[in-house]
Amino acid sequence: MRKAFAGAVLAQCNRPDFFFLTGDLGFMALEEVQASFGERFINMGVAEQNMIGVAAGLARESFRVIAYSIAPFCYARPFEQIRNDICLGKLPVCLVGNGGGYAYGHMGPTHHALEDCAAMSALGVRVLVPAFDDDLPALLTQIDGPTYLRLGYEVRPANQAVPQYAPWRELLPGNGGAIAALGPIAGLAWEALLDLDLDSRPSVWAVCEPASVEIPSEFSRQIEGKTLYVLEEHVAQGGLAMNLTLRLAEHGALPRQLIHRPALGYPNGRFGSQAFHRAQCGLDAASIRSMITGVHHASRQQA
Amino acid sequence: MTCFNETLRLTKLRLLQLHYEANCGHLGGNFSCIDALMTLHHRVMKPEDRFILSKGHSAGALYTTLWSLGHLSDTDLKSFIQDNSLLPGHPSGSGIPGLLFSTGSLGHGPSLAAGLAVALRHKRLNHQVFCLCSDGEWQEGSCWEALNFSVHQRLENLTILIDQNGLQGFGRTKQIVSCEDLLPRISAFGANAIRVNGHDHAAIEEALRTSSEGSPRIIILETTKGRGLHFADKLESHYLPLSQEEYLTARNFFEQEIFE
Repeated sequence: MRKAFAGAVLAQCNRPDFFFLTGDLGFMALEEVQASFGERFINMGVAEQNMIGVAAGLARESFRVIAYSIAPFCYARPFEQIRNDICLGKLPVCLVGNGGGYAYGHMGPTHHALEDCAAMSALGVRVLVPAFDDDLPALLTQIDGPTYLRLGYEVRPANQAVPQYAPWRELLPGNGGAIAALGPIAGLAWEALLDLDLDSRPSVWAVCEPASVEIPSEFSRQIEGKTLYVLEEHVAQGGLAMNLTLRLAEHGALPRQLIHRPALGYPNGRFGSQAFHRAQCGLDAASIRSMITGVHHASRQQA
Repeated sequence: MTCFNETLRLTKLRLLQLHYEANCGHLGGNFSCIDALMTLHHRVMKPEDRFILSKGHSAGALYTTLWSLGHLSDTDLKSFIQDNSLLPGHPSGSGIPGLLFSTGSLGHGPSLAAGLAVALRHKRLNHQVFCLCSDGEWQEGSCWEALNFSVHQRLENLTILIDQNGLQGFGRTKQIVSCEDLLPRISAFGANAIRVNGHDHAAIEEALRTSSEGSPRIIILETTKGRGLHFADKLESHYLPLSQEEYLTARNFFEQEIFE
């Protein structure tokens, strides 16, 4: 998604009122942005607290600012600068965290971002989790206040057209409840369930704004008396499921059952690729498929 | 100069009254920097320049300086640390013209100021950015990140003042994590650093007016924490409010203060 992001920045943000700051990252992705932005592109070095403070200073002088780094270096290291300098002033700074969830895989746990959406949402930052590369241009037109953009790797089933960006999108219809999947996991679920028939699969929804938009009424209708599945490469605390079920409860729109697959950290204390960690959390294609077929089989037996 | 001295005297008395009536501590750091704040705002800064109080615990000194300029009223000051106020114990970045950020957690100001300085330079505006820190604040690593960046960016439109009163939250700075040698440390980063008497208005003004070509300017103000108060240069000045007797004694000192 990095290269798609760079392309979207060039298309949407290469304007005199934008600055681009990077925490010394972007090799083989941001070179064109650097060349095009000129002095509005600043490599801030390895100093993320300063990067966010400088971003706030620029934004206070009416610039829009993109501040880019590996996700945890962007949201966790300078947490207080985000809170005090950006959020209290409601400044238009977009923090871009590359490698959401376990995307940095083998690089190890310091490079994973499992609680980023919760941390940023708690500060009132608008959290955006694109599911597909194609989502990025639309998202980059929305930097009007504190924003966190979580980049990952898209999964796109072969020969399928991705619907136009919306904070909530139905990717795959189904009659067996509904899946709400955060960002790229939605594509994974879409691919895993594509060949099941309508009655033996839930619908699959890509959720790209886990905390800040209304739940579509069609989604609420689909889970009524049925199973709600929530898949997220993010810890349970403050994640999509918590936000979603709270809002559903407020509206009295509760499903019959909730099955939640969040990021579980490092359950056996060992480390590996993104695929390895997803599998440990039941967030890989095979696990998602067997979860659905298992629930469907059980409900048929009950019937 | 006489007019400034009289304004300064009234402002110190108003600052004293502000804290006394609110039963508020943090007097020490307010009275170590009030001379520099007033000199900067009355004799150096232009309306279009920017200022950040990084040592947010000296909010009272900033509020009364703004009062001395006519930007805040007596009614405003009466709301200091009261309910439904725009004047909390550490400044908020919203609601008061000229206050750009919420400060109070130390180590934020230098980066914010650097961002402003980059923005103003990019706009080709000849405005200056000033930031006032405490000396204990330079135990925060973020200050050094900002200094490194500002020197690299050659931000000559940026001035950072450091109120070196030698006392911090729970002891003397030199006994905790020493900042006594800030000048050579900062100079070694490539900034134009100078040291002045932080209660000498002429020396402060001269330092602020000295050009700083190709580098940010760092002015280390040698000050006395709680100058003029009964607990001057004592740790208690960081926390304790004044009794009536202490207040009246301090009032007497500032009414009689002779300016150099």
